[in-house]
Amino acid sequence: MIRVRNLNYSYGSDLVLSNINLSIEENTTCTIIGPSGCGKTTLLYLLAGLIDYTDGEIYIKNEKVRGSRRETGVILQDYGLLPWKTVWNNIALGLKVRGMEREQLNKEVSEILRELDIQELKNKYPSQLSGGQKQRVTIARTLVIKPDLLLLDEFTSALDAMTKENIQNLILNIYKKRPVTIVFVTHSIEEAVFLGQKIVIMDKAKIKKIIDNPYFGDVEIRSRIDYYNICLEVRRWLEEGKNHETP
Amino acid sequence: MKLLDKMLKNKTLHGIIIVIIIWYLLHISVESNVIPSPYNTFKRFFHLFPKVLSIHLLASLVRIMTAVGISIIIGVPFGLWIGMSKKADSIISPVVYILYPLPKIAFLPIFMILLGIGNTAKITLIVTIIIFQILIGVRDGIKEIPKELYYSVISMGVSKAGMYRHLIMPAILPRLFSALRLSLGISISTLFFAENFATTYGIGYYIMNAWVMVDYLDMFSGILALSLLGLLLLRLMDLLEKKFCPWVFLK
Ligand SMILES: Nc1ncnc2c1ncn2[C@@H]1O[C@H](COP(=O)(O)OP(=O)(O)OP(=O)(O)O)[C@@H](O)[C@H]1O
Ligand SMILES: [Mg+2]
Repeated sequence: MIRVRNLNYSYGSDLVLSNINLSIEENTTCTIIGPSGCGKTTLLYLLAGLIDYTDGEIYIKNEKVRGSRRETGVILQDYGLLPWKTVWNNIALGLKVRGMEREQLNKEVSEILRELDIQELKNKYPSQLSGGQKQRVTIARTLVIKPDLLLLDEFTSALDAMTKENIQNLILNIYKKRPVTIVFVTHSIEEAVFLGQKIVIMDKAKIKKIIDNPYFGDVEIRSRIDYYNICLEVRRWLEEGKNHETP
Repeated sequence: MKLLDKMLKNKTLHGIIIVIIIWYLLHISVESNVIPSPYNTFKRFFHLFPKVLSIHLLASLVRIMTAVGISIIIGVPFGLWIGMSKKADSIISPVVYILYPLPKIAFLPIFMILLGIGNTAKITLIVTIIIFQILIGVRDGIKEIPKELYYSVISMGVSKAGMYRHLIMPAILPRLFSALRLSLGISISTLFFAENFATTYGIGYYIMNAWVMVDYLDMFSGILALSLLGLLLLRLMDLLEKKFCPWVFLK
């Protein structure tokens, strides 16, 4: 599904991504974790076609990424929803710009509102929603265009612990219900292990280690000891080398 | 008590009552016909309004509306342009910053020589003053749009034209309304000055003429008419903003 080959990216003279190689199979999930500023968001923007690259190759479904792709759904950290549109209009926007007919559009929007249990929010504006509600609406808005690839950037980092688990479970259920490839960027080790079949650990501009996660998909995983073992492994990889950097 | 509560809730009424009280106190403390009593002024105002004041007000209103309309038609596209293009911004903004604070009112004689002594010079004067408010408001409105919002809209598959409709226009609209409110206030005071020259119509002319004739009741009626016009225009702006930018007023 996704193939990244020898990708380098810099902002001016700062090398932000250096020699990235990564493959993600169709209909699997992948989480990307790493310290702040290591280039996770940049990598996600590149996959989304939001910024241009010159050095290296990115293929999605065997097509080179050039600009944003219609079937890619992107959820950015905070700024996704348009403040001047109601929940309904925010969700309908993607369908509207695809030229969908009114009747069909109403049907699809109603359906997704029902699926995510946010019908009663449809006439509210984003500023009237709680953090968890906003995330549900953002997810609805992205799913309504029926993407085959979902890219999410720290989509739970602004939420409290309970809401966070709710949204994580929601994503897992959606994933189980319909086939889709998902890439998550996250700060949280627990989230990386809960949502990632493949866990990519980054360090300053580089991929340091890729861990396969055999326990992925188990909703009860949070109460199993194996889960914590993987979390510990991820933590060790993240912390490795830290001591050498600080004198 | 209930009546008082209601009055406090209605901000316009509340404002009017306080202004009238201050006015009345000034009237009794100054004890001169320079400040006539509110009651006599209102009486004169209602007497003068249908045949005299309304005509002068209308002349002023036409000038203001024309100037505001022209400023929007020129200022908004220019503001969009310098807001969207870094290059345009770096070329045009320095020029704007030099022209913006110039006291353009000083150029009225020049406008009158170049454009004739009629309405054109007066309207041009107002345009040169308020167009900067609009231009800078629009430009800043665009600059305030977070990069992530662009990304989010692009990733939804919105076209270039769609960007204006779904992202840029709604983002600048509240800024435009603030700029217009400021502009209206400035237009009224500018016009008051400009109408002292080469015209016999306009509320500015009417007030100054009454002053020259030493008719303070007429003069205050004129001032009252002018302030009511301002109030009306500002309330109209509020209503329009509520209609077009409902998301700004959410609690
Ligand atoms: N628009 C930009 N211009 C210049 N440098 C940038 C820009 N955006 C990001 N950077 C730099 O690129 C590096 C990687 O940024 P990026 O946002 O990808 O990090 P991140 O891993 O997502 O961090 P975080 O976990 O804090 O979100 C950082 O050093 C950052 O300072
Ligand atoms: Mg980031």
